[in-house]
Amino acid sequence: MKKVAILEYGMGNIDSVFRAVEECGANPVRTCDAAEIRDADCIILPGVGAFGDAIQKIRERRLDEIVAERVLDRGIPFLGICLGMQLLADKSHEFGEHRGLGWIRGEVVRLCPDNLSVLIPHVGWNEVHPQFDSPLLQGIRLGKDFYFVHSYHFICAKKENQLATTPYCGGFTSVIGEKNIFGVQFHPEKSQRVGFQLLRNFLAL
Amino acid sequence: MLKVRIMPTLLYRDFELVKGVGFDSWRGIGSAMQAIRVYNMREVDELIFLDITATREGREPDFELIDDLADECFMPLTVGGGIRSLDDVRRLLDVGADKVAINSEAIRNPVLIYDVARQFGSQCVVVSIDVKRTGRSNEVCTHSGTKATGVDPVAFATEMAKLGAGEILLTSIERDGTMEGYDLELMRQVSEALPIPVIASGGAGSYENFYQALTEGKAAAVAAASMFHFTEQTPLAAKKYLCERGLPVRL
Repeated sequence: MKKVAILEYGMGNIDSVFRAVEECGANPVRTCDAAEIRDADCIILPGVGAFGDAIQKIRERRLDEIVAERVLDRGIPFLGICLGMQLLADKSHEFGEHRGLGWIRGEVVRLCPDNLSVLIPHVGWNEVHPQFDSPLLQGIRLGKDFYFVHSYHFICAKKENQLATTPYCGGFTSVIGEKNIFGVQFHPEKSQRVGFQLLRNFLAL
Repeated sequence: MLKVRIMPTLLYRDFELVKGVGFDSWRGIGSAMQAIRVYNMREVDELIFLDITATREGREPDFELIDDLADECFMPLTVGGGIRSLDDVRRLLDVGADKVAINSEAIRNPVLIYDVARQFGSQCVVVSIDVKRTGRSNEVCTHSGTKATGVDPVAFATEMAKLGAGEILLTSIERDGTMEGYDLELMRQVSEALPIPVIASGGAGSYENFYQALTEGKAAAVAAASMFHFTEQTPLAAKKYLCERGLPVRL
């Protein structure tokens, strides 16, 4: 059974991710412990909340260094969910400017309504349209709905990192990826069948 | 395209789910866990769980119960009832709630809304507003509708959005449990005034009522309890109906 380290750093609903991974047939552990992280086959970074607080908590626990060693040097699969995806960026403009992990080139900015009837935060079920073939999106029908809840979005510096987009506010990036590193703006753990498919794809990497 | 959402509401009191009329005459309708399992199987869009006596009894949220329920809930879950501090919110999110619904405390201590939004993000803050009609005007009530505040719902909702609320759960107390349709005027007044989504609640009895709330009422989502508990109508059939009438739904 695959061992999955779900990074615990005091930012939100880690329990749902834990349960979903368990349901998908893997062996999750909630942790910020270096030895446990080194022992895992793959790593998930969940997170809800503000970027600044999150990146500070990650650095305080030296999670950035521990995870970098596994993900950047050893190439084990990594998935960032929601804020966890945004933390991969070079920087974010949420409540000031904050430096991110910088593992996938890009910036995080607030969603900008393209007309008056568009509401922020973007809450609810919306489509995900793949832009490139990716093992993460295998077997997921084009334009399937996933559950979103966010006010900020990731702008990729490199087009090829933008694996899927979602039609809201003129379209934004909903899945990013580079080699073994992935990020999803939606919540696969709350997207029922189709979300579990994506998690299983990740666990099979 | 973003889909409209249909959200079953579960009201919890004295260890079971209940249903009332006009926030009164509650009757038991069974176990919370069972209801969550059924809705999970049916893949509903989102679920709202409200502990309706926590605040009145001065209790904190039942974190253990929420932990158990959330473990079975693979859809977005909003939890309300008895939330009074940043720490309550942190603990609820930690046991698996995706959003928290804050009602009485938002009136008593509006800064809490700002603090929660700042720390955990607007996306997890739902301000739940219960509205009673008094004469020709509306006023916000707290403590499960038992305390009138004299506050105007549009002004209050606007203030909440400014403080960082991500959504408003707007309930008409008179319509609650009647299955006679939402208070469309109230829904429209609040929805039009706000840049954030409004969830219409109180009064749904038919698919047509959903359609009205989402079009005339300008709501982004609809919540219903009695209709799903006491009639043959289901969230899925509701979505098929709305789809036929041209609204975007997730099927």
